[in-house]
This record gives sequence, C-alpha cells and structure tokens, in this order.
Amino acid sequence: MTTVRLLVGTKKGAFILTSDGKRGDWKVTGPHFPGWEIYHIKGSSIEPNRIFASQSTGWFGQFIQRSDDGGETWESVGRDFSYNGTPGDHLWFDGSSRPWQFTRVWHMEPSLTDVDTVFAGVEDAALFKSVDAGQSWTELDGLRNTKSSSAWQPGAGGMGLHTIVVDPSDPDRMFVAISAAGVFGTTDGGGGWKVLTKGLRSEFMEDPDADVGHCVHRIAMHPGRPERLYMQKHWDVMRSDDSGANWHEVSGNLPTDFGFVIGAHPRNEETVYVIPITSDTEHFPVGGSLKVFRSTVGGDEWQPLTRGLPQVNCYVNVLRGAMSIDSLDPCGIYFGTTGGQVYVSSDEGESWEAVVRDLPAVLSVEVQSF
Amino acid sequence: MVEVILPTQIRMIAQLKPKVCVKVADGATLNTLLDGLEADYPALRGALRDPSSRRRRPFIRFFIAGEDFSNENPDSPLPISVVDQSEPVVIVGAIAGG
Repeated sequence: MTTVRLLVGTKKGAFILTSDGKRGDWKVTGPHFPGWEIYHIKGSSIEPNRIFASQSTGWFGQFIQRSDDGGETWESVGRDFSYNGTPGDHLWFDGSSRPWQFTRVWHMEPSLTDVDTVFAGVEDAALFKSVDAGQSWTELDGLRNTKSSSAWQPGAGGMGLHTIVVDPSDPDRMFVAISAAGVFGTTDGGGGWKVLTKGLRSEFMEDPDADVGHCVHRIAMHPGRPERLYMQKHWDVMRSDDSGANWHEVSGNLPTDFGFVIGAHPRNEETVYVIPITSDTEHFPVGGSLKVFRSTVGGDEWQPLTRGLPQVNCYVNVLRGAMSIDSLDPCGIYFGTTGGQVYVSSDEGESWEAVVRDLPAVLSVEVQSF
Repeated sequence: MVEVILPTQIRMIAQLKPKVCVKVADGATLNTLLDGLEADYPALRGALRDPSSRRRRPFIRFFIAGEDFSNENPDSPLPISVVDQSEPVVIVGAIAGG
C-alpha cells in the first residue's frame, strides 16, 4: 500500500502528516521540536525513513536533526557550518560591503544516490555537503568563490541559498538559487559553478540585466526533462529549456507575476503551478482570493484553480519552500500558508482541501510517497 | 566543580539534566567554565557562544551569584561562591521573539 508523508516545517516546530495513496484521510503528529523554527525538513528518496530537519532559534542558533525511523525519534547531528578559509565580503542593503556570516540552514537536500550524503544551503549563501549522514559538514566553496560573489546581496529574508535542485539523470548536475544573487549550476558535483542568469531582468537593480543580484525565489526542474527549469523570481515567472543557460519570461496572463513558489508536474513537462502573491509590499493573494494557477503549455497561458480554496478574506502568504508535488498518478499538490493551513489536492489541482488549519506559520512542505 | 543550570530548550535538545557540574581549575573564568561545559557536552558548542569568536550569543544571558554577568569580562575570575559550589551559574534565554 502506498504511504504519502508530508513533512511540514513551521515557525514553531515540525509536523508530519501521513495518508495513504488516496490522500483523503490524514494522521497528524507534532509538534516535533516545539518552539523551534524548522526552515526545512526533507526525507531521502533512497531510504524514506531517513529525514533531515533544519532546526534553529535566535537563542541557540542552528541545529540539524536526523531521523532514521520516519520521524518517530530524532538525533541531533553536526552543526558546524564553518566557511572554508577567510570568508570574503558581499554587498549589504546600503551598498556597503559586509563579511560572510553564517546564520541558518535554509534547505536540506538528501542525495539521490547515496543515503549518507546530504547537501545544505545556508545563509549567508553557501553550499555544504555531508557524506556521513549529517555528522560533519564541508563547504563546497567553489560556489562562494565564483568571481561574482562580492556583488551578491541579501533579499528581505537574508542572503540565503534556499533552493537546491539535483538532476535525477545525472546527480553531479545541480542547480542552486540564492536571494539576491541568481541561479548557479554545476556539472561536477559542486566543484565548479557557472552563473545562469541570462535573460533575467530585475528593475530594482542599477543594471537590470546584470549577471548577479537577481532575487530568485524558487526554481523547479521537470524530472523527466531535466534541462527544463522553471523559476518564480521576485517579479516574473521564467522558463529555461537549456539547463539555465537562457531564460525567458512566461508570466503571460497571470494576475501578478510576483510570488514565491513554483512546482513542476511529475510527468507532463508542460504543466507547471504557481501561487501569485499581490506584490513585494503586499504579501497576500490578489483581492484576498487564494488561487493556484496552472499552465499546461509551459507557461504564458494560465488557468486559476480555486475549488476548495478561500475566495474571500484570505490574506495569507505562501513562502518559497512551502509547495511540493508528489509523483503519484494523478499527482498530489501540497502547500502551506503563513496562516497555518496545509492545503492538499489529490487531483492535480482541480480541487483542494485544508487538511490542517491552525498550525504555526508554515515555512516548508515536502512530500514523500513510498 | 561549578554547578551550571541550563535553559530548558537547550537541555531538551542536548538531552541533559537541568543542572550539570563542570570541573574547573583554580582561577576559573566564565570562558574557561564554558570551555569545560562544551568539552563535557559537545552538543552545547555553538549554542551559547559563537564557536569561533567565543562571543556570547545575543539572546543568552549568564547570571552568577544573582547578578547579570552577561556583559562582564568573560576572562575575569568567577566569584568564590560559584567555585565552592554554594551558588550555581544560571544560563537563561532572554525574553525575546514572538
């Protein structure tokens, strides 16, 4: 029997929601780590019961937790995220330079091929790797040492490496997204990196077409066609058909192209989902009406999906890590809000149901099916 | 030995009792006490101080003999009442957050 497990990170702990393949009835456990911010919690695709969680508070800093039994029990593992060498400087909000300083882990990405290997994306932006299931961490400093890094700058949420995407057909090919720097790609497992921002344009920058400085909110890869990447930028929904070498805008008829999340359908490479948010100063759905938008033609033409979603008086946000899509047929789509709801669609977005309504603000949602 | 009382949240994560005892040498300071605490309980390394600068984390406070020691020189000797175990060192998380 298929098990579907949702791993939900919130401002005040982690929650685990479990169902069967019908995705109708859900068992909720938690809070795990009550009171702690869980920026991200994600399980291994090789061994689903191995789960990593990024746990932090302003009091005690960063911890990493690992479970080997599907979240029943947890072990605190390594948390030394020391940058290699003497970190250089990056831009600050006022245009001055400021040295790199570790703040937190935004993203945990278990390897697709080795159960003991896991990547961590951190703020200030850098990529770390563990080959001993999280006990120790080594920076892949080829990324931070790209010649553009002195021009990286924080977005409003900090200068976080918040998205790690691994090509399932070639695990040495990875993409990361950094706010506010851009997208970077490696073909050798994290040794060398290229800036992949050609085609991005950000009006808030002195040079809107500069190589770096773009506030990329999220990228998603189509698993069956890994050269197809989708992006929700600060403003603009973008697509690349050549592994990030070139990007073009596919915002089309969206009511606003500001937003945080973006997700690709597991099989249909032309189908993609976004949740538009009004603007960079109004972080809630347009007109208080929560809508997921789906394109079935690779962007540009979008249809709203609203059945089961609140259409009046809804002023929540959906943060960048808070949407996930499973690989079942039909696929399930899941997202969490800053109002504490987790919405589930088990029919590719046609209808939605809030399976929990009153969690702390949701920071991340990841789905496992096994 | 010095008695140290730990904040609730951190002892839950580190799976420690509320009060631990740390062996210190003559002339112990807050820094050498914390060095010993972190050596005995590695899970606390980085949770109370920055691991490289040894600077107190902003929302961590140290109370010694009823006084807030947080902004005192961490390399000055601990009071005798702490070293002779008549009073503990109390580590607390400051009121903050929402």
